Formats: sequence, C-alpha cells, structure tokens
Amino acid sequence: MSLIATLARLEAVSTGRAQPAATVRHRHLSARPLVFVPLTTAGEAGAPLGALVGTDRDAPKLLAVPQPRDRDLRFAFLSELADVVLPYVDGFADAVEAAERAETDPETGKRIKVEVELCADAPQLIVPSRAGIDLVRLLGRSMRFRRTAEQDPEAPFPAPPRVPLLGRWLTHFGERARVPGSSLLLATTDVLSRHWATGQSTLEDQHLGALLAWIDPPEGRLGAEAAQEAELARDADGQLLCPPAGPATDPAFDNKLLAPAIERYDRARTALAAAEDGLEADDRLGALTAAEREIRALVESRTRPTWDAVWRGLDLLRELPEGARVEERWTRDRWSFTSHRDRVLAGEPPQPRRDDAVTAANKLAVREREQARLEAQEALDDPLVMAGRRLAGEAFAGEVVDVVMAYSDSKRPSPRPLVTVRTDDGPHLGERARVYRSLGGKPQAAEFVGREDGPGGDGGETLLVLRILDKMGRGKEPEAGSVPEKGDRVCFTLFEHEPRGGAKLPDPEETPWTHGGPPGEEAVPEAADPVTEEDLL
Amino acid sequence: MTAPAEAAVFDPGAAAARATDAILRDTLHGAARGVVVDSPPGAGKSTLVVRAALELAAAGRPLMVVAQTNAQVDDLVLRLAEQNPDLPVGRLHSSDSDPYDKALDALDNVRTSAKAADLAGLGVVLSTAAKWAHVKGVEPWEHAIVDEAYQMRSDALLAVANLFQRALFVGDPGQLDPFSIVGGEQWAGLSYDPSASAVSTLLAHNPDLPQHRLPVSWRLPASAAPLVSDAFYPYTPFRSGTDHGDRTLSFGVPSDGSGPDRVIDEAAASGWGLLELPARHTPRTDPEAVRAVATVVRRLLDRGGAATSERSPDPVPLTAGRIAVGTAHRDQAAAVRAALAELGVADVTVDTANRLQGREYDVTVVLHPLSGRPDATAFHLETGRLCVLASRHRHACVVVCRAGVGELLDDYPSTEPVQLGTLVKFPDGWEANHAVLAHLAEHRVAWRP
Repeated sequence: MSLIATLARLEAVSTGRAQPAATVRHRHLSARPLVFVPLTTAGEAGAPLGALVGTDRDAPKLLAVPQPRDRDLRFAFLSELADVVLPYVDGFADAVEAAERAETDPETGKRIKVEVELCADAPQLIVPSRAGIDLVRLLGRSMRFRRTAEQDPEAPFPAPPRVPLLGRWLTHFGERARVPGSSLLLATTDVLSRHWATGQSTLEDQHLGALLAWIDPPEGRLGAEAAQEAELARDADGQLLCPPAGPATDPAFDNKLLAPAIERYDRARTALAAAEDGLEADDRLGALTAAEREIRALVESRTRPTWDAVWRGLDLLRELPEGARVEERWTRDRWSFTSHRDRVLAGEPPQPRRDDAVTAANKLAVREREQARLEAQEALDDPLVMAGRRLAGEAFAGEVVDVVMAYSDSKRPSPRPLVTVRTDDGPHLGERARVYRSLGGKPQAAEFVGREDGPGGDGGETLLVLRILDKMGRGKEPEAGSVPEKGDRVCFTLFEHEPRGGAKLPDPEETPWTHGGPPGEEAVPEAADPVTEEDLL
Repeated sequence: MTAPAEAAVFDPGAAAARATDAILRDTLHGAARGVVVDSPPGAGKSTLVVRAALELAAAGRPLMVVAQTNAQVDDLVLRLAEQNPDLPVGRLHSSDSDPYDKALDALDNVRTSAKAADLAGLGVVLSTAAKWAHVKGVEPWEHAIVDEAYQMRSDALLAVANLFQRALFVGDPGQLDPFSIVGGEQWAGLSYDPSASAVSTLLAHNPDLPQHRLPVSWRLPASAAPLVSDAFYPYTPFRSGTDHGDRTLSFGVPSDGSGPDRVIDEAAASGWGLLELPARHTPRTDPEAVRAVATVVRRLLDRGGAATSERSPDPVPLTAGRIAVGTAHRDQAAAVRAALAELGVADVTVDTANRLQGREYDVTVVLHPLSGRPDATAFHLETGRLCVLASRHRHACVVVCRAGVGELLDDYPSTEPVQLGTLVKFPDGWEANHAVLAHLAEHRVAWRP
C-alpha cells in the first residue's frame, strides 16, 4: 500500500468517513449497464441458486433454482439468464462506426491500414464483488463446451439452444476483466475502493455493505459503526440484516431458511410424482408451486439488498467526473467486444480450455502494458493520484525558475534547453534519469542534469536542472509553447506515459522447441466436461 | 580402503575443472539441443560463459549470446575481448541514447550496431533478450548461450528461441525469480507458464537435457558458503573455494566501542555481523536503521580497512568501490544514498537486491528486508531476495535489523496458495529466513542509536 493510501485510511479512521482516493472517475460507466447479482449453493462449486439481473434498477428479473442439484433446473436457469444477457449483448453488435486497424499484408509482409468495423458502444456487466467475477468465469467455463441437441443429437444431456453462446460471452467478459483498466466487466467493490479509502483493511473492503457504510454512512453515524453493523447485525431470527453480496450465502440463511425450503420443495415434488389421479395432482402441483414461490422469495430477499447497493454504488461513482483518458481505454474495450463479436459471427470454436504458449505470452504482455498504461494515465488524469506518485518519489511538481537555451553537439545543432525547476518534492532521480511531462496530451522527455539545494537549505526545497530533449519541432529554435517558461508550474514524472509494447512473438505454428513446439491442429472440438456420478442425482 | 581419505581432501580447483570440462564436452560434442548449468553465487558463471563462447567460436560455430541487462552484455563483451583480442565480436544494441558502455568503442575487434544484419558473419554476437526479440528474418544461429537463464522469463525465451538451434543455459536457481507486474495465476501449472523462469519451461518440455552444477563458490568465503549453501541450496550443496584463514579483513584504526565499530569487528573476525536495533514498527525508510547502515559504511571507510586474500600477497585497501549496501526497496536505497551523502560518503554502491544480482564486493551492508515491518509478505519472504543480499561479499557481511524478526516470522508462516502442477520451491522463504537469522544471532551486536 502506498504511503498516501495509508494516510488516507488513517484519516478515514479519525474522521469516521471514507476519504477520496481519486478526484475523477477512472473507469468507464455505461449509460445502461447490465447488473448481475448471482447467488450460488454452498458445497457445490458453481451451482447457481439464483440471481437478480437486468438493466432497469426498478425492475430486475429474478431467477431462481428451487433444487440447485437438479441439472434440468440448472439448465433452465442458464437458459433464462441467456434470454436476458444475450439480447443485451446483441443490442450493441449492430451499431458500428468505421475505423482503421494496422494489419500485416500477407503478400508483401508490410504493415497496411485496413478499414474495419468498430462497435460504437459495448455492453457492460456489473457484479457486486470480485467473487462475482470469478463466478462469471466459472459459468462461462461450464457452458461454452456444452453441445445443444441441434449441434449434436447424440449428446447425453443437450444444453438449451443459447446456453453455449452465453458461455462464450461470459468467458470473454471474464477474460477481459483480467486486463487492467478494462471496464467490460466490473466488480462494484473494486471500483468503489479504487475511488475511496476507508478506515478498514482491503480485505474488509470486499464487503459491499461495509464499504458503502464507510463511503456514505447514514446521517449522523460513523463509518466504522455503520460498517460493523453491516457486517454483523442480525435480526431476531439470526439472519444478517445486510446479506453478503455473494455469490456465497450466509450459513445461517442456508441452514435455517434455505435448506428447509428446499426440503419442502423436494417433498412436494415427490408427492406430485406419486399422485394417483388428476385431482390429487392438481392439489399437489399447487403445493409444489407454493414451495417454489417460497424459494424465489428467499432468493429475492437476499439479492435485492445487494442489487440496491450496487446501484447506489454506481450513483456514487457517477457523481465523479470521468477521467480524461477513460474514454481511450473504453475504446480498447470496444475493440475487444467487436473482435469477439466477429469471432462468434465467423463460427469460430469456443475459447480453448487452456491458452497455448504463444497466446499466454501475448496475453501477459498485453496485461503488463495495460497495467503500466493505467498507472500512468490515472496519475495524469488525477492530481490526487499524482500526489501519491510525488510522495513516493516517482514524480515531482514545481515552478520553473530559470530557462537557459542550449544546443546539442551534433552537426545540425538542435535545441536542448536547460530548465531549472524549484520543487518541494523528493524524487528519486538517478544520474541522467529520464523524466516526462504531458505537453498537449503527448509526453515530452527531459533528462535530469543535476540538483542544487534551494535557498532554504535542509532539503526542503530543491532546484532540479533538466535538459528538454524532444517535442520542440525540427527548427533551430524551439516551437512556441514547447519549452516551459519562467514562472510556469510544471509536473514531471519518472515513469513513461505511453509504455512501449514488447517485440512481436512468433506465430503459434512456430512455437520453438523450448516451449514444446507447435501445439498441433485441434482435429475435434473440445468436449464438455465428462459427466460424473455427482452430476446425476 | 582409500575412498574415505580421498573424500576428506576436497580440492576445489580440481572439482570445478571437472565440472567445467563436462559442461564443455556436452556443449561442444553432445547430442542434446540444450545444456543447463546451475551455478551458485560466485561459482565462476561468467568465466564459464566466456570460456564456452571462446571454444564455440574457435570451433567455427556461429554463436549468439543472450544476457538479461545491458550491463551484463557489456561486461561479457569486455571479458571476451580481454581473453581473445583478435576475436571478431558483435554488440547488438538498442536504438536508445547511450545504449552500451563507451569502453566498447575502444576495442578494435568489437563492432556495435542496432541492426543484426550489420553484424552478420561475426563469430560471436551479444545482446539482451529484449533486443534479440526484435531480430526477425535472419538465418538462425547454430549455437546460443543464455546467461542468467533463471532470471529470464519464459515468454522472453519464447521470443528468442527460434533464433538458435542449440543452446547452453547458465544461471543461478537460488536468486530472485523473474516477476510480472500483473497476476499470472491463470497459467500456473502450465508447462509454458509465461511468467515462470525460462529454465523451468525448458526443462518441463525437455526433461532429458543434461544438467550440470558448478560445485565451488570462489566468491563466498569459508565463513559464508556453508550458511548460504544450507539455507538456500539444501539439495545442491556447494563449497567455498577458499579455506578459513585464506582471507582476512583488518582495520588500522581500533574500535571506538560503538555499536557500528563492534559489529564491524565481529564481521571482520567471523564473516558475519548483525547490528540489532531495538524492536519497533517503522515506515519502510526507517530513519534510524538507515542512519545505522550509513554509519557502518562510514566507519568501514574511516577505519582504514585492508583485505588480504588469495588474489594478492599484499593487503588491498578497502575502498568505497569495494563496499555495497543492499536493500529490499528502491525508496530504502534512495534513503541510504541520501544518508551516505550527508556523511560525505561517495562511490559506495547502494541498490536493491534485484539490481545487485551478479555483482561482487568485499564487504556488504544489508538492511534486512523484514526490519521494522509489522507483516511479512511474500515479497519480503522471497528466498531469492535474501539469498542475493547474503551472497554478494568476498569477506564480510553486516546485516542491520530491528529486533523481533524471529517473532514476526512465526506470526506469518507462508500461506501462498499451492497451485496444481507447479514445482513447489524448496526451501521456502520462511525457512530460509529462519536459518539465516539463527546464524546471525551468533554474531549479534545490540545497539541503541
């Protein structure tokens, strides 16, 4: 944790309210996000119990699985989920704008510009917590290899028609969420704790109720009190007043409310199957429906508070103005969405279970570049984030006190003006270190030449001499405005603004012997997970 | 019944020569596409790389050398030129400003260029892994030497492996593992996990490659080799090339009785010294500990140290250039630099463990990674970090630390999740830290600054 984050947390403790960790919003928020609040069944990985899902905060769609171990009911749940998610996703597929992309021409091997489509907007999925993102990934993994009856009439348990496609999309959302700074799939707790520092640990920040209690405590209450209440307060029946945001449920709920309800449902179902005549069946069907309604009500009672909390979190986030470079990062999300749309349209197989060596290395390279870019952009967009970097010695701000014109030694001397900056910051500048400032949105590089202690002595103020290296035009005299002037306030960073990408990796067919050689052709599409005894109850 | 007697007399020179011969035989005449050499700290890894390069060049095999940093590449070029000034050597460099050491310009047979094509036909071409990755569309080299292969990431090897047909991989498995600034759990357990080390991927796919080990550390003194070997290389032990008494460190100015002077004397006599400050939770740049480190360095210089070793019959003065300070974090290094500047000390190397890898000094002063911390994270417990810090010295190592690290370790046992399919690294940082701490406790000087 950075020093400024520690200080902000201390301040939150002493004031009883979360402190801002950002002055602008660093993630894109869609005008019409799809909020997804899922619950799972304890003891069985990825078995959904229910969910609230939708784009209208006043009218979420409630999905529930009355017997989570029944695979038919589970498929029915996934099918209903697909009926909500896929139309939402498809709604962004058709509005496109023309864009250009650099591609390698297969004949000449040269980089050329190609006209392509870029979706004008992209879907955005919001889940309450990080565990929700993991569940999205798990659901995607469990669905995308399933075969429908149409694809494979021999499949023992054919999936409903649109379920495999939902699996591919959820996999894409889950995979994209691993890219730093992406916004296709966001966890509310992650985004909120990026923008506010609470007086509790980062682990406790993953409790959505407690986090909101710190950020926006009820009138006249302290954050710490309100957070503790959100975590622990229970009603007369021993149920949490603020149910966990899931997907896991509270054990007291499981034991006292859910298990008996499921048992009643099971009994009603067995009774219905044993009905001997129509009249009896009608009665028993009524009992079954009542049991199912009861479970739906239970699911709604645990998801609705979270659903409202997610929207309240979004409201709080929307109060912050969007950071200047957020749009640029969202454009990359749109590219990601567009390219997956194209893969689906082209009939490509679902994402493989495991990346091959080249794909894995490429993904890692992209994520490292995006991480560096995100850190730089957040600092450039937000003086509070930059203050943290300045405090850490990774940037400095100050006033220009002197500018001396100088030139390079080459045959055609170019301007290399020496700029003296007076600063109170203590940057960790090594000999000839490179520093950068933002000049009209583009980074201008300078070289650290030397330092003198300021008039104050004792290290408070320092004078730093920098040599400006570029962005001054081609002429002998620097272009107007390209060199800071005496009296200007400037802010230089020790980190690069536009991280450079690494070298291009070989194609998968050219995977070298050190990495096992080419992966070989996938002759048959990957099969779904084999059915085990536990699947058949 | 002569075997026990033979085993009792260990001839480090002969053991090292046998290992080197076997490595060169496999490299030059073996059938395997790769040879892996594990080298403990200061075991003559660079010497081996230079010798293998010269022999491959002499055999007429076009050779590329992959190192991890520009400093390492420049160092190898200078050593090659020193050993064989007539060998045509190419230094492939980046197109940044100041891409290589200016000393290379003075060498007649060294050609430097930012384009691989300009260096075609030279016997040996050297560059960093990052630069090699940009080389495309050239005839593959017959042979490669990959230096510091354990510090190279698997994805970096993927980017360059098509440039050569066969390769010698040399590195130190005990030093810091390569790292990634983003999580790579997704690929943990895959044989080609891109964030793992190049050697682990190589061996996962080619388990039959010959593996060798250099058995003797020429850098570490007899006082340090057993501890470093036991704590960090428990299954692949190594020995010191010198014996107790081969190296001595003496000071012209007697101790003034202060903590720093007493710890210096303890370290000079035994090879290790622990300057223990009172227990306290502090910020990373603990001002008292930083000042203590700087004071020890100042006193090392002021007291007219002289080092006697097998390298020369006469004592060599202990100068600023032969002392290094090691820390875990960059801000700690910056704070120590500032404190040294205040005490008027210049030219002492102060750096983090990552940047001290592969370097060698007479005396090192280490700010313990766990000093003053309220918690022990995986970063601070990493085995390689402590191993690098504890194995840079030829004579003595002084560790500056707050009391209470033992209790801290007991409060924070390693809890890293175990991933299926990954090799669990032994020893873990927790155990290695305890081993080092137990040894240092015997050389403890308590001091209240």
